[in-house]
Amino acid sequence: MFDYYNLEPLLMWIHRTMCGIMPEWLAFTIEGIAVGIFIMVMYAVLAIILIYMERKVCAAFQCRIGPDRVGGRGGLLQVPADVIKILTKEIIFLKNSDKFLYALAPFLVIMASILTFSCLPWNKGGEILHMNIGIFFVLAASSIGVLGILLAGWSSNSKYTLIGAVRSGAMIISYELSIGISVLTMVILCGTMDIQEIVAYQENGWNIFKGHLPAVMAFIIYLIAGNAEANRAPFDLAEAEQELTAGYHTEYSGMHFGFFYLAEYLNLFITAGIAVTLFLGGWMPLHIAGLEGFNAVMDYIPGVIWFVGKTFFVVFLLMWIRWTFPRLRIDQVLILEWKYLMPLSLLVLIIMTVMKVFGLVF
Amino acid sequence: MFSLFEIAFYVVALCIIVFSVLAVTTNSILRSATYLLFVLLGTGGIYAILGYTFLSAVQLMVYAGGIIVLYVFSILLTRSSGTMKYKIRRGKMISVLLTTLVGMALVMFILATNGFALNIIPQGVELPVEKIGKALIGTEKYQFVLPFEVMSVLLLACMIGAIMIARKRK
Repeated sequence: MFDYYNLEPLLMWIHRTMCGIMPEWLAFTIEGIAVGIFIMVMYAVLAIILIYMERKVCAAFQCRIGPDRVGGRGGLLQVPADVIKILTKEIIFLKNSDKFLYALAPFLVIMASILTFSCLPWNKGGEILHMNIGIFFVLAASSIGVLGILLAGWSSNSKYTLIGAVRSGAMIISYELSIGISVLTMVILCGTMDIQEIVAYQENGWNIFKGHLPAVMAFIIYLIAGNAEANRAPFDLAEAEQELTAGYHTEYSGMHFGFFYLAEYLNLFITAGIAVTLFLGGWMPLHIAGLEGFNAVMDYIPGVIWFVGKTFFVVFLLMWIRWTFPRLRIDQVLILEWKYLMPLSLLVLIIMTVMKVFGLVF
Repeated sequence: MFSLFEIAFYVVALCIIVFSVLAVTTNSILRSATYLLFVLLGTGGIYAILGYTFLSAVQLMVYAGGIIVLYVFSILLTRSSGTMKYKIRRGKMISVLLTTLVGMALVMFILATNGFALNIIPQGVELPVEKIGKALIGTEKYQFVLPFEVMSVLLLACMIGAIMIARKRK
């Protein structure tokens, strides 16, 4: 139908041309490095955009203006200036701490984040890591991040960081269950774990419409659990400022702290991106049955714009939650997960299976 | 000339060997757990090289994201003396070395006599999940529904046992 934005022929053409002028292994290596650099650059650029957005959204919710001095009236250069500042800061190593683990922890967090980031479906033929278990790999890779948080908390050799790390560990391990089960619900609906095929399944209607009741419930559960997974308010007790200074990254400085900060914002984006992939059609345009002209116009908008647009919409939803609700206590957080969210998501899973078997979904 | 898959395999294999040695020789218990994490990541990498991405993701999820997190968690919650410096007696040392050598010889012997895995698995081709799923819950020949279900009963028994031990007695 709308194949003019398919990236695959272009990429295959580049690969063939490169293989023509150099041996295949060299072509693979150069392509790998190019894609790696592309991921890093996208990662940094998106982080800057997200931080700016967070500050503006936060300001709007608190009836403030937000950054407005650096770089014109919008304060557009505020975040790049912050980035340059943090790059020049000294990285402090603590006495009597385990220096190896202390230095390793931020990289574990950012590695998990980048691995999941490269699984997002940007466009038709535009997925970087493509395998037929895609969505399962995303869940698996994101579970490494919690290790970085635990190690950071322990190796900083401080009470604040240790308490922050243990809290966040307990929370993330619990909420991974709900995320996993709600993802599984959508895998049952689509009948595949391949991310591109999940998106392709939604060609004639997004999953949230196709799966109606259970899909909407799974979407809400996913958003709540995803918010917890990204360590954001109302689940930000890993770094509850009033109690723990800054939680598990209290003792970090310079770019090591920057990595945690980056990963936090990109995890927000990844959570939203996976939500868009599973529920809101990925890079598929919005179609309304019966309006042929409208559908044709929507088809002319490239998939990458649809994907990024929808993702930023979900990011806005998550920021809305963050700046509206007060922080929960650790026992309330765990009760919410184990007594309400997890049984509910299991129930949704069963409902979805029954509906799929009896053909009650579209 | 090596192919890309071979180079990747040797790099990952070297990482596994180095980190497994480090995991048992280091003094700090948490570092040991971290090195073990790298060993398990490497194993996951080898599965991925073989095209068995499902098992690779399971390895990441269960071992790296589950077991190691559990280890680290329990280390954080218990009070461990930072360093573990034990004096190993000479007799013990010799027996350890002997056992290692015998084990290595056995593995080498099996590897040398059975030329398996080299020609059976197509390199770099992904194994479809449907095949794995059907093999796990099918009732025909080479399908394993009974072991699968028995395993789940075993896991359930483990969970009930853990709850029985952990709950407060009144």
